[in-house]
Amino acid sequence: MIFKVFKKEELARLHELLAVNIMVGPVARGNDRNGKPLYDFEVVSDFAELALDYTQTVHSPKRFVLPYRETLSTFTLNPNGWEKQVDLNVRHPLVFFGMHACDINALNKLDLVLAKSTYPNPYYLGKRKNLFILGLSCNPEPQCFCRSMGTDSASHGFDLFLTDLGGKYFAEILSATAFDLLSQISCQEPSSKDHTLYKHLTNEKSKRYTTSVDTSDLTKILDLEFASKAWDYWGEKCLSCGTCANVCPTCYCYGVEEQIDLDLRHAGKTRSLHSCNLIDFAKVAGGHNFRPESATRLKYRYYHKHRGFVEAFEEPLCVGCGRCGAACLADITPPEVIASVRGKM
Amino acid sequence: MGGQLTYLGVPLARPRVGFFELTSCEGCQLQLLNNEATLLDFLNLVEIVNFREGMSERGDNYDIAFVEGSVTRQDEIARLTEIRKNAKVLVALGSCACFGGVNQLKNRFRDLDWVKKEVYGDFPIESMEVHPLADFVQVDLEIYGCPIKKEEVERIVTDLVVGNTVRHPEYPVCMECKANENICLFELGELCLGPVTRAGCDAWCTSNRRGCWGCRGPATVANLKQLEEIMHTYGFDRETILDRLECFGGFASFADTLRDKGKKTPTGRKNP
Repeated sequence: MIFKVFKKEELARLHELLAVNIMVGPVARGNDRNGKPLYDFEVVSDFAELALDYTQTVHSPKRFVLPYRETLSTFTLNPNGWEKQVDLNVRHPLVFFGMHACDINALNKLDLVLAKSTYPNPYYLGKRKNLFILGLSCNPEPQCFCRSMGTDSASHGFDLFLTDLGGKYFAEILSATAFDLLSQISCQEPSSKDHTLYKHLTNEKSKRYTTSVDTSDLTKILDLEFASKAWDYWGEKCLSCGTCANVCPTCYCYGVEEQIDLDLRHAGKTRSLHSCNLIDFAKVAGGHNFRPESATRLKYRYYHKHRGFVEAFEEPLCVGCGRCGAACLADITPPEVIASVRGKM
Repeated sequence: MGGQLTYLGVPLARPRVGFFELTSCEGCQLQLLNNEATLLDFLNLVEIVNFREGMSERGDNYDIAFVEGSVTRQDEIARLTEIRKNAKVLVALGSCACFGGVNQLKNRFRDLDWVKKEVYGDFPIESMEVHPLADFVQVDLEIYGCPIKKEEVERIVTDLVVGNTVRHPEYPVCMECKANENICLFELGELCLGPVTRAGCDAWCTSNRRGCWGCRGPATVANLKQLEEIMHTYGFDRETILDRLECFGGFASFADTLRDKGKKTPTGRKNP
């Protein structure tokens, strides 16, 4: 990896260079009922509008590569059959200006399933390959347990990652595009003092986490606790509303629906992101539902994320961003659910 | 218009439909006449034989009857029974037909004669307790909403014409609200029935920053016990919650239970 440092004032210049593209970044979206500021990723071209000191966005950046709803194909129907039109909905490159490590890691996890699997998803791949990601260091929030998930820092999946050293940024360069870009602003080689500061800050950061999840032997413990009463406890609270999956940066389950147009001459196929907590998630043809109880559905969400995915890819399908817990009206949070299954509550 | 209706070269029968209203604002029928961009395609799919709001001709020879409104008078029971007899498929159109709708708010009062006096004064009319259609006749299909969403009706009618199974979303409004990238209204300090109300409206109200009032009735799983707890956590009192839950009638039985739990006469109401 190549490292550089540059003065903070140079960031606006870097933004300007990238702004020939469509830019997505964190912006403030008012305050919640307790006066806490809210942030979200939005298409934003003005550097001044970016809230680079943002804490956590309400929604994850997932929707820019995996939209909540996407038309997969359209059909023109005629008396003898139909013609199919496929559009991958890739319009232009997208620059992410200021993505935290958890979200970068989330995209890396989505890649495992949607890009690096036997049958890559072209709709996802087209958008994912067209990203330029500028990562940005963050400060642990009360809901963050990324450190437990091993996702508190990103080692790949970005072009450029900036760590705030106070007056300047410490830049990690992973792509030729990023290298060329930095050659157009005023950059220096990091000094040994910068190295020390970087190490000090990352070490400091790791001490500031207040939430953690014990992942040791978790796959086995989940197997052992299949019939745990804890699942019923959380299942009773669950609203089966799908909010956790919708704000999750790694949930990718979906449903596909075909709909004929009103004129009976056209039709379309749409993919909508779904959630395993929804009542009809495991409903099959004929009407049988494999998971009619909320508790079972909630349990399998945890099994997919912290057992099945770990067995398949040696890592959980969770980056510990804590969005699901923060968004859950019933206050169901992964650290508490996992602790209760471990019998620690 | 006219001509043989075909789908992929297969001839389809154009169903004869009638639109009717009992006690209602007729807003749902008005919705059907909106959306001019698709109106001609919509009209081409069906043969309308009865639609008081849209045409002068009247006929009783229909396959599908769309009935808007709730039953609040004896003569409406007779009319509804007659419609049921004529129709192969009876569709309850909108919240009034499905749950009683806004009209059923009057059922909150125990003395209906007092209600009549408050509303009509010295000019009483015949009026009884409010009922949804299903209290009197078999309802084959329900289309929810106050008002109904035209796009949803278009989809349902297309499915009926080509013979597809008509399906409603089973999940609550939260799903569609998140897909619209909204910030949860509870976080903004507003009350919302989205977590328990059936989706299908594309989060119409919440996307316009207005909390859900539950016009589409309960989702297949409506965790009302948890909702009660959430309301408490977010600082909404029982009466505020009941105002919402009782507004359209879809949550009537739960609202009754919640009111009984209160065990005190609700305030702000002139209950004799």
